[in-house]
Amino acid sequence: MGGLYFDIAHLFAGGLVLISFILLYQDRLYALLNVFALQAFVLALSVAWQAYVQDAPHLYITAGITIAFKAIAIPVALHRMVSRLGVHREVETVVRLVPTMLAGIALVALSMVVMLRVTGSADPLAREDLAFALSVVLLGMLMMVTRSNAVSQVVGFMSLENGLILAATGAKGMPLVVEISVAFSILIALIVIGIFLFRIRERFDSVDLQVLDDYRGESR
Amino acid sequence: MPLSGYLIGVAALLLLTLAALLPRPIRAGTVVIYGGSLGVTAVLFASALWQLLSGADWMALSLPLGIPWLGANFRLDALSAFILAVVDFGAVAASFYALGYGRHEHEPERVLPFYPAFLAAMNLVVLADDAFVFLLSWEMMSLSSWALVMSHHQVPGNARAGFVYIVMASIGTFALLLAFGLMAGDVGDYAFSTMRAHASERTVTGVVLALALFGAGSKAGLAPFHVWLPLAHPAAPSHVSALMSGVMTKVAVYGFLRIVFDILGAPAWWWGLPVLAVGAITAVIGALLGLTQNDLKRVLAYSTIENIGVIFIALGLSLAFRAHGYGAAAALALTAALFHVLNHSLFKSLLFFGSGALLTATGERSLARLGGLLNRMPMTGLFMLVGCVAISALPPFNGFVSEWLAFQAILLSPVLSSWALKLMIPAVGAMLALAAALAAAAYVRVFGIAFLGRPRSDAARNAVEVDRFSLIAMGTLGVLCLLTGVLPGLVIDALGPLVSQLIGTAMANQSQLGWLAIAPIAESRSSYDGLLVFLFITTSALMAAAIIHRFASDVSRIAPPWDCGFPDPDSATQYTPESFAQPVRRVFSGLGFAASETVDMPRPGDQRPARFELRLKDLVWDYGYQPVVSTVFTIADILNRLQFLTIRQYLSLVFAALVFLLLALAIWT
Amino acid sequence: MNLFGNLTIQILQMLLVLLPAPLLTGFIRKVKARLLRKKGPPLLQPYRDIIKLVGKEAVVADSASWLFRAVPYLVFAATWVAAALVPTFATGLLFSWSADLIAIIALLGSARFFLALAGMDVGTSFGGLGSSREMMFATLAEPAMIMIVFSLALIAGSTQLSNVAEFMLSPAVGLRVSLALGLIGLVIVAIAENARIPVDNPATHLELTMVHEAMVLEYSGRHLAMIELSAELKLSLYVSLIACVFFPWGLAPVGAGIAPHLFGIAAYIGKLAVAGVALAVFETSIAKMRVFRVPDFIGVALMLGLLATLLRFMSGSL
Repeated sequence: MGGLYFDIAHLFAGGLVLISFILLYQDRLYALLNVFALQAFVLALSVAWQAYVQDAPHLYITAGITIAFKAIAIPVALHRMVSRLGVHREVETVVRLVPTMLAGIALVALSMVVMLRVTGSADPLAREDLAFALSVVLLGMLMMVTRSNAVSQVVGFMSLENGLILAATGAKGMPLVVEISVAFSILIALIVIGIFLFRIRERFDSVDLQVLDDYRGESR
Repeated sequence: MPLSGYLIGVAALLLLTLAALLPRPIRAGTVVIYGGSLGVTAVLFASALWQLLSGADWMALSLPLGIPWLGANFRLDALSAFILAVVDFGAVAASFYALGYGRHEHEPERVLPFYPAFLAAMNLVVLADDAFVFLLSWEMMSLSSWALVMSHHQVPGNARAGFVYIVMASIGTFALLLAFGLMAGDVGDYAFSTMRAHASERTVTGVVLALALFGAGSKAGLAPFHVWLPLAHPAAPSHVSALMSGVMTKVAVYGFLRIVFDILGAPAWWWGLPVLAVGAITAVIGALLGLTQNDLKRVLAYSTIENIGVIFIALGLSLAFRAHGYGAAAALALTAALFHVLNHSLFKSLLFFGSGALLTATGERSLARLGGLLNRMPMTGLFMLVGCVAISALPPFNGFVSEWLAFQAILLSPVLSSWALKLMIPAVGAMLALAAALAAAAYVRVFGIAFLGRPRSDAARNAVEVDRFSLIAMGTLGVLCLLTGVLPGLVIDALGPLVSQLIGTAMANQSQLGWLAIAPIAESRSSYDGLLVFLFITTSALMAAAIIHRFASDVSRIAPPWDCGFPDPDSATQYTPESFAQPVRRVFSGLGFAASETVDMPRPGDQRPARFELRLKDLVWDYGYQPVVSTVFTIADILNRLQFLTIRQYLSLVFAALVFLLLALAIWT
Repeated sequence: MNLFGNLTIQILQMLLVLLPAPLLTGFIRKVKARLLRKKGPPLLQPYRDIIKLVGKEAVVADSASWLFRAVPYLVFAATWVAAALVPTFATGLLFSWSADLIAIIALLGSARFFLALAGMDVGTSFGGLGSSREMMFATLAEPAMIMIVFSLALIAGSTQLSNVAEFMLSPAVGLRVSLALGLIGLVIVAIAENARIPVDNPATHLELTMVHEAMVLEYSGRHLAMIELSAELKLSLYVSLIACVFFPWGLAPVGAGIAPHLFGIAAYIGKLAVAGVALAVFETSIAKMRVFRVPDFIGVALMLGLLATLLRFMSGSL
């Protein structure tokens, strides 16, 4: 495998990490959803590139699924959900922006160290892709932790899943069945979450999860 | 000069102390004491510099003083010659400055006796070659400077400053005592040469490193042991503040260098980690807190903390490189640290002298009551401007060169194999850059508020230029700030011998490069030429000015300020130190300090004035020291009950203690 | 080539950064106006402004000190020296080794330091406001810049811009994640440092959110001309810097002959034009931020720079 293949795969993986950071930076829901769609799109490109490099045609299907569901269907659905919920104003971040970004950088560094140390003998492409994938997963989790709005938590969850797919394709692909079932379970999760969102809104007049804590008597 | 000559110089300083204690007319005393100190330290400075530059042999001397079986050992090697030169140059400048400034002292008998003693103590610390002399003179340095801090004891707050200082200094000396005890170990010989010889058998090096970092670091002002410094340094008279900030902190750095780089032996891979972490945190905290202060001398004290942080960052890098076997890189980092030691002693003395000049001229230390002084005190203003530019690490002055060298050392560090260092050093680099940028903002604030704009008080409106002694002292330091910035190669070459003494290798000789440039590793990698940059800037500025004045227009009209069409003649509408710092306060609040602002705006129609209140809290003090203080008080309260026992109860306590000790002995053996 | 030839190219370089700088500003204004379907001022308007200003008398406030009159020249000199050290059409210039990228940043820092002082010199509230905010932005923009320089220097193994550019031209470079991060960070810093939208608005006065214009409010005549010229120079400096590091095509080493140098100059002009269009489009499509959103914006550049440097430290191949 030549240097250029390596570099392009790398750039895609690095781009995903970068987009995760942009997700952390966004504080408006529509922009957040657009960036999320962009991340899914870049992920699809990355998967397609892996399909080409590894000569594994079934990965093209994965890429197609990613584009169809993650880059189009889910963002559109969330978009409609946000407009129907009427919460398209600011996302209230629980933690301030710069500390969040710093934490994100620390997480990336941590995953680099862990992955580069653990996978000492694997081939370099997989090693660093894995490190980036772990970063995307951790950044998605960070997003879920630092946001209080339910919709942005959903986005965090989805971007976490993007990281998993990146990891899976980097490690010489995973069976198509698994891939499809994961995609469908994500879709079902979206539906369930959507229903829950509307229920929460009905009950509390807000989708801010802080309100739920207040209801349980855990207000701060 | 033989080593005994230096000791005679120290003895002469001590004699001056005795002389100051004699009753005499005050005016003559000022001249005699400062003049005498000036003469002695000038000789010491000249011979130390000659010792360093000529590369003369090291000298050692043993005197039958002090502890019988140990004696008193002294040594002058390249390291101590350099620090001695820095110390005595600072002393020369301060004494010269004090010839003018000292006349304004209200109670000279509280300052004069301790001043030469303080100088003598600092010289002795650097000359000491055994733990006994070292600690004794270290303690003498602490005590004499404490007395100087307390010289204006009537001023509110100074008593507390002195108390905090003496407590921190005692704990610091105690830590150094323990460090030396551990290094002497089983051999039990307190001479540095013996300790050095037994370096390889040592097992508790980590503890010694921690103790040295605490003992020497608390004297230098490392966070979180810095809290005394912004209290104590400003409390002393300005020339002593200059000595404490510019020179005494360098003696503390010397203590750290002597213990960790020289005596302790080969570093372990992780030694750089704590030093880097503490240095980076110190640099950022010092810079941030300095930006929020209103008292000019306190701003300078916090900036000392920041610069000490920079020095320790470079020292930490050097330790890390040395432990991993990269001699050249370690030499580069150590050169950066020592260069910054020199630079900081120059510009910090200059700035403290300037603050003293402002104090003489206006009687004010608070920035909020100064303003417009560049018109009233043009020379002081110019020298302060030089100091401010130099300390903000801007080319072509000297502060930039040492910071540039530190950045170059950071750029070499990906070769280090340890993951912890790989993780930490980029963050440290970012913090170093952040500290430099914050320092620039802080000094724009200092100079802009104090010297520019319109006067904010009558004192500032009626200020007059200070005496010639002060001006010459400041001017010399200003010129040196420029010279060391423009000709850094000479300084780097002069630092060569002591770098190779501590590391084993030194940076390549810089004098071979053309145009007096410097290149730390190779010219293809990075190079900097202060002289050319300086010449380029001056030529193009003069050229632009000349062309425009000659061929276009040189007419000026003096008019009231425009201020977007609605100028207000009241000088209170200017930006104040608080309002200048407001954006930075708001962005960085929570990082080392907490700022809370309350605005009390009366309702329309209400006659009450609006009030704005700003509260600043040093988080290190609140979360680091307050718990300790309250614990101590709680314990003291509990033990207080012991004072009200009957004689029988006291006896039974003593008896119980005796039985307990016997029991312990029985079980132990 | 001999010393004379080297010197010629060095002087050519100094003029080449100075002379088209106002043109770039005029070009950006023109494109912005066209995007808004306006006609816009003529391309050469900035030159006319400067010539007009230079010929007028300078009005100096009565509370100003000598520093107020010296600062325009100092700022101009520092910016010009910094700009002359960035390779535009040729690498390895006669004096290119006299300051590396870190020193160039510090030179710009000196210019900013003095400009902020000048803002405080007259003692008006606007000047203080501008200086205070400018220094607050700088506390984040400067570390961001340093971190980006770190990542570049670690990739190229040098902080000398000529060597960095030559490395970027060589096939050894490849696509790098840290390069992409550095590019984004550098663009953010460039926008903030040049007081462009969304950080500051170069076209507005009399607005409480202005920063750069507030600092230079009291300047007039030849002093204002120098300040305007330095601002234009700084913009073209950042464009040349981005072009030299990330798009170094057309740069030829000194001594390559006349034809490559002419090509290099043409390529440089082309890069300026592309950057001008990009900046104009960006500025028209985005709104200005509140002042206290700006630290977040520049903070992103700092984070990207830090991330890029960390990646370089972690793994040699990123």
